[in-house]
Amino acid sequence: MHELGVVSGIIDVVLRTAREAQASRVVAVSLRIGDMRELVPEALDFAWRSLRDEHELTRGAELRIEHVSPRSACIRCGAEFDHDRLRCRCPICGSGQTLTLRGRELDIISVEIDSPD
Amino acid sequence: MAARTIDIAQPVLSRNERMAAELRARFRASRTFVVNVLSSPGSGKTSMILATHERLRERFRCAVIEGDIASDVDALAVKAAGMPAIQINTGGLCHLEAAMIGQAADALDEAVGLDALDVVFIENVGNLVCPVDFDLGENLSVMLLSVPEGDDKPLKYPGIFQHAGALLLNKMDVAPAFDFNMDCYGAALDGLNPCAPRFCVSATRGDGMDAWCAWLAGQVEAARA
Repeated sequence: MHELGVVSGIIDVVLRTAREAQASRVVAVSLRIGDMRELVPEALDFAWRSLRDEHELTRGAELRIEHVSPRSACIRCGAEFDHDRLRCRCPICGSGQTLTLRGRELDIISVEIDSPD
Repeated sequence: MAARTIDIAQPVLSRNERMAAELRARFRASRTFVVNVLSSPGSGKTSMILATHERLRERFRCAVIEGDIASDVDALAVKAAGMPAIQINTGGLCHLEAAMIGQAADALDEAVGLDALDVVFIENVGNLVCPVDFDLGENLSVMLLSVPEGDDKPLKYPGIFQHAGALLLNKMDVAPAFDFNMDCYGAALDGLNPCAPRFCVSATRGDGMDAWCAWLAGQVEAARA
């Protein structure tokens, strides 16, 4: 259940951003999450709905998640390849020495706000 | 009312990652090699650390940072073996974070001096999911599975096996009583983490411990060179 800790970190950044922008309300928050992260979408969503409503600014805000599938580069032969969570060996030369290019993201991309103008 | 989107493009765990980088620099300066030990509850983390210390104590001064949701039973066992120990009680949190290790490092520094420590073992909270996302500034993370847990764990919890720099299989002494399939275990690791060295050990009986300790000592020396 570290989703709660992750979401609490997100809320901190979102609140700071919204206050700096003098927002009246946060409408949505967009995240980018790699499939190799140990985060369960349902638990993330549950934590989000629990924590967002503790703050006036984030009450009712939507969480949008963009998933990123894994991709690695082989250090030996240079091939780049997509893979699943369980097999990251190079499909071309068989080497296990690879570099993860994508799939471990856990980023806040943007915050959508309303501000009084 | 005006709606607009503010671009942030920032890692969620940036605070932890920043603190972990600071810790890594601090440990490098004190020439302290840090090992983050990961496993389920009951896999034998404490026994493995004690058995490793027993074999390396002539060469390296070791200490332990104990992470548990509650209690200090592990820290007491470690202290009884002659190692400085700092207990962190996470109070329900399922993993350790860099900020907690920072405080424990301060406490170790005050107690014995970080400069005097060659190896610090961090015994993470027993959990195969959450600790993997939190960098603690370690040099090496070790995944300790035990035979009774079953050979399917790498497939069920891929992240932690993928992340580890060394893979230990503990409780080999009771292997005859379990149907742990070494081929299935090996095949799963071949896909997930083909490069990390693997050791089959019994921390309590001693099987395989010399090979593991020799490799670890090599890593500690290489980090100092």
